[in-house]
Amino acid sequence: MRAPVVRSPEVRTYLDHNATTPLAPAVLETMIPVLREQFGNASSVHVFGQMAKAQVDGARAAVADLIGARPQEIVFASGGTEADNLAIRGVAEAAAPGRKRHIVASAIEHEAVLKTLKVLNRHGWKTSLVPVAENGIVAPDALEAALTDETVLVSVMHANNEIGTVQPIAELAAMAHRRGALFHTDAVQSAGKLPLAVDELGVDLLSLSAHKLNGPKGVGALWVRRGLRLVAGQTGGGQERNRRAGTENVPGIAGFGAAARLAAEAAGAGRTDIAALRDRLETGILDGVPGTVVNGDRERRVPNTTNISFEGVEAESLLIALDLEGVAVSTGSACSSGTLEPSHVLQAMGCPPHRTQSSIRFSLGLGNTTGQIDRVVEIMPRVVGKLRTLARPPQTVGA
Amino acid sequence: MRIVAAMSGGVDSSVAAALLAEAGHEVVGLSMQLYDQRGDETRFGSCCTLDDLHDARRVAAVLDIPHYIMNFERQFDDHVVSNFVRDYMAARTPIPCVRCNGDLKFATLLDRARGLDAPVVATGHYARVEQAADGTHLLKRGVDADKDQSYFLFTLTQPQLAGARFPLGALRKPEVRAYAAARALPVADKPDSHEICFVPDGDYAAFVERRTPQAVSPGRIVDGAGRTLGHHDGVHRFTVGQRKGLGLSSHLPLYVTALDAASGRVTVGPRQALERSTLSASAVNWIAGSPPAAPIRATARIRYRHREAAACITPLGDDAARVEFDEPQAAIAPGQAVVFYRGDTVLGGGWID
Repeated sequence: MRAPVVRSPEVRTYLDHNATTPLAPAVLETMIPVLREQFGNASSVHVFGQMAKAQVDGARAAVADLIGARPQEIVFASGGTEADNLAIRGVAEAAAPGRKRHIVASAIEHEAVLKTLKVLNRHGWKTSLVPVAENGIVAPDALEAALTDETVLVSVMHANNEIGTVQPIAELAAMAHRRGALFHTDAVQSAGKLPLAVDELGVDLLSLSAHKLNGPKGVGALWVRRGLRLVAGQTGGGQERNRRAGTENVPGIAGFGAAARLAAEAAGAGRTDIAALRDRLETGILDGVPGTVVNGDRERRVPNTTNISFEGVEAESLLIALDLEGVAVSTGSACSSGTLEPSHVLQAMGCPPHRTQSSIRFSLGLGNTTGQIDRVVEIMPRVVGKLRTLARPPQTVGA
Repeated sequence: MRIVAAMSGGVDSSVAAALLAEAGHEVVGLSMQLYDQRGDETRFGSCCTLDDLHDARRVAAVLDIPHYIMNFERQFDDHVVSNFVRDYMAARTPIPCVRCNGDLKFATLLDRARGLDAPVVATGHYARVEQAADGTHLLKRGVDADKDQSYFLFTLTQPQLAGARFPLGALRKPEVRAYAAARALPVADKPDSHEICFVPDGDYAAFVERRTPQAVSPGRIVDGAGRTLGHHDGVHRFTVGQRKGLGLSSHLPLYVTALDAASGRVTVGPRQALERSTLSASAVNWIAGSPPAAPIRATARIRYRHREAAACITPLGDDAARVEFDEPQAAIAPGQAVVFYRGDTVLGGGWID
């Protein structure tokens, strides 16, 4: 049986690094001995436990270093979603009962934040979503308007997963603090792409995920500013300073540490390589394919992401056509695949439906080459052109 | 050639995809998500539920072909579900599968396939497409008389037939199952689906009422002479030929013989009252592309499980026809399809008025 040519790995181009990234070779090298030999429980007293503990400690220092924090402030968790949950629920539960009960987030947050707010809302919390401007950036005035004396927590992501826009976190956090609220940022999409320093950002809590920066899946972290009261998300043993019970995922955490070290080095070197590739792709598409437009601010965004709408093309079909050409991209976020709902991010930016339904996210990363990008730019006009000639005009209900 | 295989997750479409892949085609599996299934536990055991989409994916993995789920919720609702509800509200008995084939699989899906450089869509229908000497595409019955699904494909036009492949057309169901078992396809033993996919519990009336609460509208049940025998809660709950659920006591079995949406009247009568010799059909599609110049002799089928009967068919303009059966036929239900055959070949068909 003949499998399609695109199934062969050598012609595939992976441009979906905001969904997940490949494991960096150095990360794998770090993890293998931990998986093979250093299997101890980090809480055990004996040598096996001590070896595991050393891995966790080393990783904790590396992750703290990546964001300019102290190791004791890092709480390892299962990923970005758990970190977001722990931040929001942990702060909410630690708040004095019956008094201040208001949480604010931006309208373009990840579902991990938005759905958590919905649950808190059902439990009697007031929640507000702050709109974004057309460029996908929260206007500070809008946050100011949403804050009240009741506000306990503000959560605004550092970089958006779908369009890559970077939010003015320092300004927003200062605003929240003036009203006596804590500030959480989901930095899952900026870590490894932008230099991060918690003190410059001025935030109180910050979420990270390993697999978005060439680390393993199933591990992330919440940074919690020293002294902040947070109620544990899950109870059990006293791991992670009583903030996250459960035996540590030692190999995952060790891999996260290795990935954090690599990311810190890369951030130190400046990620101009990725930005140059992204710009080459973006310019190539905008010049080569008529009826294309970039969604979101093109200046204030992470260096690896571009989100482009292709007029008159169903994004779902374009994604499949590109995959059959060996090019992996996504429509919106990976989490929303298979749903009809247009991207809540593009909607919040006021994009009309035809633009939200035709938008494709390209997110670059480790391993992408100029040759790959040039090939994508080259096939794009043909692939899009084919879809456009065969597109049925949008049908209206009852037609 | 690149071919899109429409994969429902059932054994038939799985084997269709497998046969094409085995024949050396570059097969791309596409599954249509037809309605919102998130968080709905009640829909299973019928076609195209979330479990079925998972099955399609598992089969594609075994075949080592790419597989994608395309969202057709909006199109399905516009073309299939809305029509289904509208027909019941108009006291007609719809066949949504025909619209799904003609308006979705061999329309939107075929367009999408062409956008992916695949000129044809293959399905697991038991039917055949052949090309006549003059290039015309012929639609023929599947070889397995028990499973033949040509009835559901009568609306296909020449361009649609040119883009259709039915790899199971020459096979019998047991052969299909045996092939699935031999290839260890994970759906080899999966039961066939019989219900209409979006009404898995088979309670069409309740479905119509959920979509259109005003469907519940009382009316009278009358006999052939117009005498009131009882009352009912809406014409959408009845279909011509129905015997059960009338709530009437009578020494003779009574059948629904006619429905009238405007007056809300349900007419019942003895079995003989069901019989008619003629019907008219609209939105008639002639597979050859145009109607015959003169009335023709053919056999006509008035529902999927009807044994075709000899008839004379008179085309009325391009898209209507009058059918006169040699022998009276029982329970000719408006909204069902009448499909004309000559031997194994489908000549055309239309919707019963």
